Amino acid sequence: MYQSLGELCRKAEEEKKSFWEVVQADDCRERQIPEKTSFAQMKAMYLAMKEADASYDPKLYSRSGLTGRDGGKMQRYVDREETICGPFLGRVMEKALKMGESNACMKRIVAAPTAGACGVVPAVLLAMQETAGYSDEEMTQALYVAAGIGGVIASRAFISGAQGGCQAEVGSASSMAAGAAAFLRGADASAIAHGAAMAMKNLLGLVCDPVAGLVEVPCVKRNVAGAVVALAAADMALAGIRSKIPPDEVIDAMRSVGQDMPVCVRETGEGGLAATPSGERMKDYLTQG
Amino acid sequence: MNILDIIGPVMVGPSSSHTAGAARIGQVALKLLGEEVRSAKIRLHGSFLATGKGHGTDRALVAGLLGLSVDDRRIPDSFWLAKERGMDFEISGITLADAHPNSVKLEVMSESGRKLELVAASIGGGRIRICEIDGLRADFSAEAPTVVVFNQDRPGCIVKVTSRLGSAGVNIATMQVYRDERGGHAVMVIEVDQQLPEGCIGRLEQEEGIEKVIYLCME
Repeated sequence: MYQSLGELCRKAEEEKKSFWEVVQADDCRERQIPEKTSFAQMKAMYLAMKEADASYDPKLYSRSGLTGRDGGKMQRYVDREETICGPFLGRVMEKALKMGESNACMKRIVAAPTAGACGVVPAVLLAMQETAGYSDEEMTQALYVAAGIGGVIASRAFISGAQGGCQAEVGSASSMAAGAAAFLRGADASAIAHGAAMAMKNLLGLVCDPVAGLVEVPCVKRNVAGAVVALAAADMALAGIRSKIPPDEVIDAMRSVGQDMPVCVRETGEGGLAATPSGERMKDYLTQG
Repeated sequence: MNILDIIGPVMVGPSSSHTAGAARIGQVALKLLGEEVRSAKIRLHGSFLATGKGHGTDRALVAGLLGLSVDDRRIPDSFWLAKERGMDFEISGITLADAHPNSVKLEVMSESGRKLELVAASIGGGRIRICEIDGLRADFSAEAPTVVVFNQDRPGCIVKVTSRLGSAGVNIATMQVYRDERGGHAVMVIEVDQQLPEGCIGRLEQEEGIEKVIYLCME
């Protein structure tokens, strides 16, 4: 995997290739597989996201009882056409909640890059496909873009809450989704990288503070934040706005912020929302029950 | 790590480390045992113990021991499935020395009485490390085809194994050797680039000084 978005963009320019093609070529080289195989595997991931979205069960609660049914609520609200954000963003939020809840309810999802942040990328991509009618092949290309960005983040920094807080999970997912969304709307490699950077910048410092240590509160709803920020960042990139801090340096900043983050807000369930009186009460209730 | 670790795996939630990683550890234990698991003692350490129930770590481990993969929808129902298939298991806590927070010790036995003891850790994103086999140290991911050789700690064992692999056209990617004491029991953990040809394990096992060979290929 590439260790630098700058290098990835240079490669795209030098070889007159699209961002996703550079990522795919790297995958084929690394795993010694033909393009067709790589593409089929990535497409399977996209189809699995679609299936996971479609199989949301609005009646389920998680085993802990902390999460569930909010995706259904959001769907009914969006259907009434009353959202402040409009129908498209409403769908995005609905899908992010649904995927996060499906994950909490032990249903099948696609980690992207993690299970906790699994709602961000599909919420953005599935809603865009439903609205604009892109083919599954175009969506697979967009998924390569997301994977390429995530790969750089994983190489330069980290993608786990235990190592870098929620900015490493939802922040990374948002960065990946921003690049993928910009790509679908025709952004070149540089704009993709800057979209990714702007999403990450907006989520820098986000802590990982799950109540009772479970991937539920606040994880499910943070998927909404990641998806919405991703689209805003993609729109900024498409408007020609560039990150003043180069994308690779933004990722490096995420790494150093994560390293400096206290352990109590790195997935230990000991700080932040987990340490509030209500968070503690929920934890006590669950450990006794 | 490759891009399908970034987009993927397809898995049953809620946690890549506490659910998918746990299922994978169970699966690896099953493969290492080489026969269906009849009984299992599952000892959870650290965060696996503290948050395992809410994450379905317990169900995922049992699912893995039954051979279910990380994306199998039956993971939440694995306790019931174990009962149906006649696999006994008990789950409890343990404190392991110098272990990763997401660690588990497994003691499994097959119908024929084959036993295996394993300490493994789930290190994030569904990826795992095997840290101990049958009380001997180890350190491998089970991502590449892996040959685990138990042998007597005496001169010449390593060369016998490596030359067998070499003449079978199998390239060694990484290799670790550990032993309990000088002249005692030793283990070689060899990650290889190619799958082992048929019969290779049997020939390795016939070599003098070699006690047991396990071949692990998760694909």
